[in-house]
Amino acid sequence: MSTREFSLSSLPIARVPGVAIVLVVLCAVFGTTSPGFATPANIANILTQSTILLMLALPMTVIIMTEGLDLSIGAVLTFSSIVLAVTVISTGSPTLAFLAALAVGLCFGFGNGVLVAVFDIPPFITTLGTLGIAQGLSLLVTDGQSVVGIPPSIEHIYSGTVAGIPLPIIIAALAYLVTHALLYHTRFGTYVFALGGNREALRLAGISVRGMLIRVYVFGGLMAGFAALLMTARLNSAHPTAGIGMEFDAIAAVAVGGTSFERGNGWLFGTLLGVIAVGVLRNGLNLLAVPSSTQVACIGALVIVALFIDGLRSER
Amino acid sequence: MSTAAPEVARAHHMFSRDVMQSFYRLLAVALICVVLAVFSDVFLTMNNILNVLRQTALLFLMASGLTLVILTAGLDLSIGANVALSACLAASVIKITGSPLLGVATGIGCGAMIGLANGILVTALRIPSFIATYGMMWMLTGVTYYYMAGETIHGFPAGFRHLGSGYLLGVPMPVYVMVLFLLIGGLFAQRTVWGQQIYAIGANPVAARLSGVPVERRLVLVYAMSGAMAGLASLIILARINSAQGDIGEDLTLPAVAAVLVGGTSLFGGSGTVTGTLIGALILTLVLNGMNLLQINSSWQPLVTGVIVLLAVWIDTRTRRIGE
Repeated sequence: MSTREFSLSSLPIARVPGVAIVLVVLCAVFGTTSPGFATPANIANILTQSTILLMLALPMTVIIMTEGLDLSIGAVLTFSSIVLAVTVISTGSPTLAFLAALAVGLCFGFGNGVLVAVFDIPPFITTLGTLGIAQGLSLLVTDGQSVVGIPPSIEHIYSGTVAGIPLPIIIAALAYLVTHALLYHTRFGTYVFALGGNREALRLAGISVRGMLIRVYVFGGLMAGFAALLMTARLNSAHPTAGIGMEFDAIAAVAVGGTSFERGNGWLFGTLLGVIAVGVLRNGLNLLAVPSSTQVACIGALVIVALFIDGLRSER
Repeated sequence: MSTAAPEVARAHHMFSRDVMQSFYRLLAVALICVVLAVFSDVFLTMNNILNVLRQTALLFLMASGLTLVILTAGLDLSIGANVALSACLAASVIKITGSPLLGVATGIGCGAMIGLANGILVTALRIPSFIATYGMMWMLTGVTYYYMAGETIHGFPAGFRHLGSGYLLGVPMPVYVMVLFLLIGGLFAQRTVWGQQIYAIGANPVAARLSGVPVERRLVLVYAMSGAMAGLASLIILARINSAQGDIGEDLTLPAVAAVLVGGTSLFGGSGTVTGTLIGALILTLVLNGMNLLQINSSWQPLVTGVIVLLAVWIDTRTRRIGE
């Protein structure tokens, strides 16, 4: 129902100031309040810690662009991480474990996609249901305990460097480039934009809307499986509650980055900035010794401000 | 006025369908009861039956407010976190002032204020309800954990505890509260102008607006009522377990959503009843209670609830597609 004027006023250019201002304000506030913030070591730390979130926020952007949502992505990340840990401990093969984590992500992504596209169940309720399923499976497999004894070969993926650059940053940068290429330089990307903006046109053009939606959710699941490798390496263990709430940070990053929930207007670079903004907020609050639970409330406030701006834009 | 006739016809059609659906659901209740009676010796004991009723009452109180929200094609995912914050604040007030009455007012008031905030996010800022209330859920959890700082508040006056663990004529007190709100909720939804306007908003918001329904104000009311019911439920829990902790409501949202959907309220708005939600709450409680009795690992509960939600919505979408 959006008219031509609406989409013009929400061009990516019009959003640059929003995310950028948020980021600059956050950096200025924390730079002045905590002396440890603006050091090279801490900035590298923020970027490294943001990599897992970016791996989730990238597919979340694509999914939200199709007027969808994936609430299960944090729980799928958790379950993938547990399967990865259990597999590597029992078989000793990191490759096999990584493939197992990807397979878990693939299964959940495919399940989400089929429920949304074929069974016509609204995305937020589909993924709320699969969130419960993934969380239940995580608890069942681990009996509520941490899985420890990960070999150093896995841990190295988080702590290692290539040419002085931390390995997780290289992985996340590759993931960003791949998503960017998919979204802006392939037919898949064009169809994703159409899925959110004008689904009927896609149908009339003879494209399988169902197939497209399934692929979008499979992408989300696979990225969660991939991120499980980084999370397991970072924690050097797997825990049934480790990724709970990560979907909230991911959705927050996408919203702060200026992707709209209703008209399918997405902006991938905005998501990257949004992820860094959430990372800066968490890091700064950590330095100020604010408890993690309160950080969540601050991120929520950040989202409301971002959505408020989004709401103002759509009214123009 | 000329549009009134088909509207009435549709209402009659829906009524008969509702009756049939209630019948199927009661059949499901009977079936679950038979299965549990066969496989568990404990199920048919008076103690367990009263326990099931008490848990149904609690789930119904949360789900009844949620039913109104879902009737408008919205969703309130913050009720579990709302219960936690309302319970903790009410507990503090009772501890500090010694007055259960002030505690009750705090619990319901806090719940209603949170609902009001949800309503404003949804109407004034036009944020999709599932996103607004999902964000609210995490923010409330954050505030509650910060406020409690890992502490537990326990030990309340006997008069207050009676609300959750007391009996009247052999029936637990929460059951009376449930019956009271079943009557109020049913009358409000079916027999008042505001109630009918809520159905109209869910069925077709544009048509409702054009017919002069103050859509925004009704939506804010609906979210505030859902919040107030969560506040009330928090008091029942507080009175029952006699202590308040930060994680008190964590596992309650998904079962409440499941109860509403299993009770036949459509996620797409405009159809469903508060009575249906009572049956839904009973089915959910029987399933979860049954899993406890059969000594199934409690880790299965979120998984089973998730599957029930998906099944209920799938049946809903199928019924709608056949209806079209």
